[in-house]
Amino acid sequence: MNRIRYMVEKEIRQLRRNPVLLRIMILAPIMQLILLSYAANYEVKNLNIAVVDGDHTTYSQRLVGKFRHLDNFNLTGYLSSDKKARQTLLAGDADLVLVIPPHFERDLEKAGSTTVQLLLNAIDGSKAGIANGYATAIIRDFSADILAETKVVSPGVVSQLTIENQYWYNPKLEYKTFMVPGVLFELLLLVGGLVSALNIVREKEIGTMEQLNVTPIRKHEFILGKSIPFVIVGLGLFTVGLLLGRFLFQIRIEGSVALMYVFALLFLILCVGLGLLISTLAENQQQALFVSFFVLVLFILLSGLFASTENMPVWAQWLNWLNPLKYIIEVGRNVMLKGSTFADVSRQFFVLGGMAVGLLLLASWRYRKTV
Amino acid sequence: MENAVHTHQLTKKFGSFIATNAITFDVAQGEIFGFLGANGAGKTTAMRMLCGLLKPSSGEATVAGFDVYRQSEKIKQNIGYMSQRFSLYEDLTVRENIRFYGGIYGLRRADIPVKTDQILRKLGIESVADSLVASLPLGWKQKLAFSVALIHEPKIVFLDEPTGGVDPITRRQFWDLIYEAAHGGTTVFVTTHYMDEAEYCNRVSIMVDGKMKALDTPSGLKTAYNVDSMDAVFQILARGTSTK
Repeated sequence: MNRIRYMVEKEIRQLRRNPVLLRIMILAPIMQLILLSYAANYEVKNLNIAVVDGDHTTYSQRLVGKFRHLDNFNLTGYLSSDKKARQTLLAGDADLVLVIPPHFERDLEKAGSTTVQLLLNAIDGSKAGIANGYATAIIRDFSADILAETKVVSPGVVSQLTIENQYWYNPKLEYKTFMVPGVLFELLLLVGGLVSALNIVREKEIGTMEQLNVTPIRKHEFILGKSIPFVIVGLGLFTVGLLLGRFLFQIRIEGSVALMYVFALLFLILCVGLGLLISTLAENQQQALFVSFFVLVLFILLSGLFASTENMPVWAQWLNWLNPLKYIIEVGRNVMLKGSTFADVSRQFFVLGGMAVGLLLLASWRYRKTV
Repeated sequence: MENAVHTHQLTKKFGSFIATNAITFDVAQGEIFGFLGANGAGKTTAMRMLCGLLKPSSGEATVAGFDVYRQSEKIKQNIGYMSQRFSLYEDLTVRENIRFYGGIYGLRRADIPVKTDQILRKLGIESVADSLVASLPLGWKQKLAFSVALIHEPKIVFLDEPTGGVDPITRRQFWDLIYEAAHGGTTVFVTTHYMDEAEYCNRVSIMVDGKMKALDTPSGLKTAYNVDSMDAVFQILARGTSTK
């Protein structure tokens, strides 16, 4: 038991004596939290729109004018032909082109209906989808205006079905609110998993690992002695992250803070277990770095941090069963934003707990004092 | 009295390569036992098996009365070890290194400062007690590493080329420390390339290509091969040539 104390004491001393690493461990994640939460953003703004106006009438001008008055759109100019429209899309000068056909006004007045065309650069499918949604809404709005003006006779005839949306848990649809809880846990994975793996492999490289292996230190004493400092640093980091979320990003923690910490602790133990396992597989820091990088990138991309996991192909969803980051991000978002209680996230608790135990067992089985 | 180290046909194979080939020897308690051989002769492999770092392929061995297969953790409580690679933490101070290894070897908390002062005084390095080990000259580091390997007063201490890369004066001082430890009853098992160091040992074994080619006192070996230095004995055995 005492040996663990000496191990922890030594680790903390070494960490304090390495101000560069310490600074990186604290500052880099905080920067990442701020940058990712602000920059990784799926709100679609500043869409460049070009117009092919084949009609040149009041109505066509009014339609174009509607696009002009919205933040999301940025009118780049008028084009003379469909061919020009294609070129503009190809050159990337416009994200979408609105094509207004000749006789637009006449058809609207006489027949009460007409067609406009939207050409969208759909290389980024979700962006194109959102752009299409915005544009369609504007056009629908325009046609409702026209309808109201022309059919003044009987307003009662035009029965309209309106849908009113209520956005729960993130009422302003802020992307930051969605990102912060996820990034918070992603950072713990970096610190707990990557840094701990590198730390142990470094002892192998400089030869102190061999020295420790001829001492009577027990496996669990070594593993706990190595884990505890990283768990402490991780919890400190988590606290800083929560405070940033609250005061910089103005995200109120709806659920229990204690519950968040319980999960942070559990997740950190899991991450250190992963780091330990990697360190037993790698001979040097280079190998450890590559293995961790591979694992972490896979975890992060599949986790639902950026793209919703429900939209992933079935095989990816299966892979995600093994992805601890997926579970913890679910917990983070639900507890922080929805105010979920332990009962709501108990499934994740047991899955993560099982993973943590599994990883630690695997790591201590792999870690041998004798080769 | 029981032997400090006993081996019988101890062998280690790495694939088809036989690093240590059926070596049999005993080391008495309190003895300074020299383990000589060219690079790659199998010295380090043999030593690592005795320290419980490496599982033997076959043969038997006991260290401090404990079996290397089944009781390697018991062995570790009773031995000190100093490897070729420098094994102290360069980013800790002298005092912190002593404290750490003392703690790991299970010294009582109150004993650690006492032990620390003892070591500092013996090595005459009180002035750098709170300096980082990285800042010490190599000779000091090695003497410190040796003292740390003895911190728990082990029955046997294994030294793997402890004096590599230091000047003759420091080597001489290092051997004074070895004598002092042996005098206090500690068995010293030491590998070296330096033939003058071989002369300091009570008994010397010479390994060639994984086999133990000779084992006797330095004077016994010199008489047997009819030469006047250990260097000449080594030339005959290890290189198959005579310097005469």
